Amino acid sequence: MFASRRSVAVLAITCVALSACKSKPAPPPAPVAAPPGPAAPPPAPPRVNQDSIDRVNRDRAAAAERTRLALAVASARATMGQQIYFDFDKDDIRGDQRATLDAKVPILNANPNARIRIGGHCDDRGSDEYNLALGQRRSASAKRYLVSRGIAESRIETVSFGKERPAVQGENEDAWAKNRRDEFEIIAGGDNLKAPR
Amino acid sequence: MPPGALNYPLYAQFGAVAVVQASVTPAGSLHVAVHDVAGARVLNVIDLVLPSPALGADWRLAVHAASDEIEKSVTGERGIAQTRVLYEREQGIWIVDSDGANAHPIPNTHFGMSPAWHPNGRFVAYMELPNSGHQAIVVRDLAGKDPDRRFTAHGTVNLTPTFSPDGSTLVFASGDDGTDLYAVDPFGTERPHRLTIGHETSTAGPTFSPDSRKIAFTSSRLGHPEVYITDADGTNPVLLTSSGIGEQSYRSDPDWSPDGRKVAFQSLVSGMFQVMTINVRDQSMQALTSEGRNETPSWAPDSRHLVFTSDRSGVQQLFVLDTESSKTRQLTHGTRARLPAWSPHLETAK
Repeated sequence: MFASRRSVAVLAITCVALSACKSKPAPPPAPVAAPPGPAAPPPAPPRVNQDSIDRVNRDRAAAAERTRLALAVASARATMGQQIYFDFDKDDIRGDQRATLDAKVPILNANPNARIRIGGHCDDRGSDEYNLALGQRRSASAKRYLVSRGIAESRIETVSFGKERPAVQGENEDAWAKNRRDEFEIIAGGDNLKAPR
Repeated sequence: MPPGALNYPLYAQFGAVAVVQASVTPAGSLHVAVHDVAGARVLNVIDLVLPSPALGADWRLAVHAASDEIEKSVTGERGIAQTRVLYEREQGIWIVDSDGANAHPIPNTHFGMSPAWHPNGRFVAYMELPNSGHQAIVVRDLAGKDPDRRFTAHGTVNLTPTFSPDGSTLVFASGDDGTDLYAVDPFGTERPHRLTIGHETSTAGPTFSPDSRKIAFTSSRLGHPEVYITDADGTNPVLLTSSGIGEQSYRSDPDWSPDGRKVAFQSLVSGMFQVMTINVRDQSMQALTSEGRNETPSWAPDSRHLVFTSDRSGVQQLFVLDTESSKTRQLTHGTRARLPAWSPHLETAK
């Protein structure tokens, strides 16, 4: 029950307000014979109030922690899904792409049952058929990098789409650069992805 | 002049070398007489049963067979009318008559690419690239009698199939780390075995010499794609196309002519692909195209005509080039068509 301090305070304020509404000043009260007894102590807040407060605070903290965790997992998923990019007709991992690959390692370590598929892609300028082979080298290249950082080979599947599945349409360097990529997909063990500590 | 005989001197005046008389018998057979004008005599008589229905696919092929026979009678070279071209369109394998008619999809070839003909004209091979990325080579019986056969050598990457000239071997590219050529008996039960050793480079796009002793292919072992020739067992790889000076070289997609003399391929020229041929014996090269982006050549059985993919009319389509006259004609229309494969001479009935 909410016989809370707040209600008591409201009641007291109401009394004061009501007494202030009189139209003429009240005559000073005549001294009364018997002095009033000691004021009754304010009622202690009932124990159930404090428990509720504590529970609300605990719930809030738990919710905040769940949110933090959910964000961390979402961030881990996003990191796993980040693509890396290549130079024209090349399959070597560029220096500026290493951080993207490195960020996937702790997540894979935190999820030993997770398996991923790396798909290699090309821009549309080269031979359609030869690009299927180049895409394969690009996915193998990223796999080799992750394996060198301690990820077991058997956890990584490589596939190639050549230029058959462009991410972006366009005949310009911007579009081409975005299509020369590896894509990463969690194909097993990703349902309860744990964020790394 | 006896009744029904031809007025040979009159035709000679017109400049005709030959005269063709064709009629359909009441029984529905095509009866053709080919006359030699200078010799004033009948050179050849062709009688062909015409399949029904008239104007149907088999009927067209039969009439084209007669046309090829006529050409052989007159020139000594069989024509290429009785052929078809496989290609990729709308993520599937399509087929079209040599004259551009009767273009239609081959059923159940979803995600198919890179079609190739078996020399008997009945089986075709192609690569299947589904959304999972798990590539496989499929061998399909166009006669519909055998079930599909599927081949993989290594994991998920299996591409660019081709048959040997006697049809006993299917060769394709495969690999986990780079790709190499693998060979398998397409009608047997053994696993594919490796031919080439590319050391983690890309090797793909094989094509046999007509005598079956060599295979030409594309390889990146030099750091960029070039065309190589190897013995049919994968040994002794030799660079066929030499590196160009100056601008970045890129040569790929070879196809060996049926007469063995030339390998057609595509080459980057001033930033655009063009169809080229290289003479196998003296390595002299010739550009066959110059307008637009032209690639993936495939020889007709006469070693004279080629079909290739070109974007010269906007969307990619197949074009046929007569290398003797340099004339081209557009073979396909409509949605994008690419990766053609010209059939051998086809038999009328399967």
